[in-house]
Amino acid sequence: MAQYAVLVYAPDSAHALAATAAETQSADVHAEALAAAGSMLVAYALTPREMATSLRADSVTDGPFIDAKEVVAGFYVIEAPDLDAALAIAGTNPALREGGGVEVRPVHSGGVVQDTGG
Amino acid sequence: MTERGSRRAVVESALVEAHRHQWASVLAATVPLARDLDLAEDCVQEAYAAAVSSWVRDGVPAKPAAWLTTAARRRAVDAMRRERALRRRLPLLVEPAGPVEDSVVDGSSREGEEPEAVVGDERLRLVLLCCHPALAQEAQVALTLRLVCGVATLDIAHAFLVTEATMAARLTRAKKKIARSRIRCRVPPPSELPDRLRPVLAVVHLLFTTGHTAPSGAELVRVDLVETALDLARMLRELLPDEPEMAGLLALLLVTDARRATRVSATGRLLRLEEQDRSEWDRVAITEAHDLVVGALRGGHRGRYVLQAAIASVYARAPAYEETDWPQVLALYDELLRVWPSPVVALNRAVSLSHVRGPAVALAEVEALQDAGHLVGYQYLPAVEADLLARLGRTSEAAGAYQRALALTRNAAERAFLTERITVLR
Repeated sequence: MAQYAVLVYAPDSAHALAATAAETQSADVHAEALAAAGSMLVAYALTPREMATSLRADSVTDGPFIDAKEVVAGFYVIEAPDLDAALAIAGTNPALREGGGVEVRPVHSGGVVQDTGG
Repeated sequence: MTERGSRRAVVESALVEAHRHQWASVLAATVPLARDLDLAEDCVQEAYAAAVSSWVRDGVPAKPAAWLTTAARRRAVDAMRRERALRRRLPLLVEPAGPVEDSVVDGSSREGEEPEAVVGDERLRLVLLCCHPALAQEAQVALTLRLVCGVATLDIAHAFLVTEATMAARLTRAKKKIARSRIRCRVPPPSELPDRLRPVLAVVHLLFTTGHTAPSGAELVRVDLVETALDLARMLRELLPDEPEMAGLLALLLVTDARRATRVSATGRLLRLEEQDRSEWDRVAITEAHDLVVGALRGGHRGRYVLQAAIASVYARAPAYEETDWPQVLALYDELLRVWPSPVVALNRAVSLSHVRGPAVALAEVEALQDAGHLVGYQYLPAVEADLLARLGRTSEAAGAYQRALALTRNAAERAFLTERITVLR
């Protein structure tokens, strides 16, 4: 099995701070389905673009790093035997039907950092 | 010629034949054992090299492809053994081969025997791997030529007007993506096959058109690329006898190539369809294409390649240009435009429209296409416009349009044609 990151691109994230369950429903149902299938390792839904702050060497700006029609609305890591299987899983993401899409990239390394205490 | 010399000549021609027709099978059967495209390629190359001395000594085997396959697979198994001792195995390209591997390892399969793994399926898997939608089309084309057709990297570089180093880097990048993101050598379930075939068809078609009208240079046609594309289309048609678009593509290539000998005059100028000597056209190819089209249409399928082939077939079967069944061509273009709404199709449709409803109506459509800005830099748009203007008697405007076409054209035979048209009009 290999790990693939799925970056979700959408006009904006549905997960505003005051979002209702109805507004985030399609994303939540999808995440639950992947979790139930055992293919999802870790997942994060991000707040909308207005919450983003971008840093460059000489500046701090309000908004996403790249000014585009879509933003990264969230990302997750899945486990799959090969690219075709990963694409099949990622292809069920509701963003594809809601004016956005997803980018699939093999994970090089990494994971959730364990608390080493101290 | 000495006996040894003539035997060498026989071996060489057998090898050329085996290279042209069997490379894909031999490589496809080796990939599962090598589990790495580069290693598999090396093993196949070594097998072909080993065949020279072995066949000169022992004679050409009854089944050259089987001999080469067994030789390449044996090398792959040896290499994997060495590899295992040296470093960790690369990510698996395909599911472990199991019993096939065992039979090679324990020597129960000998060189010369038909290995059971040489089946159409394996070649299809290899083609689908090379044309995986996760790869850019230029990578798909390069991989298909290198891995499926066994064309040398230098020759691929020449065909696409880049340096050998650039092409080698392109191939390496593509193979790295295949290995690193785990793109597998696999035939998808039937429901997904049409989607996965679309890039395959596009690659074969692109190869053919690149050869059919070389992007630059003195020759109009690059025969080697055209032949490669035709071989590939025939192989795929054999592997996928039930795919109508595959039949359509093969028919399109056959009927287009049937006119090869008549497309250029003795002095190297491009000849228009109406100027070509129809008695020189390859009737066998035209008939084969027609039968393929009829078969596909009878099945009720009307996809892009079937319709394109149907149009080309109507042109090719008319006894003279003036006797072309224009209303039928136009009806087919209307249908093609529905399944494949592209400005190039709209431009070609305008040509048939000019023969049904006159050049003025067609010119209005061409001008609309131009205004929409879809075909900026496409040399055939001003060329069609020029032809329509000339037929309407607007000669100085026609000459100007040909001049614009000339500025966009790099192929010598096409340039000669446009230059002559301008001279005639002025």
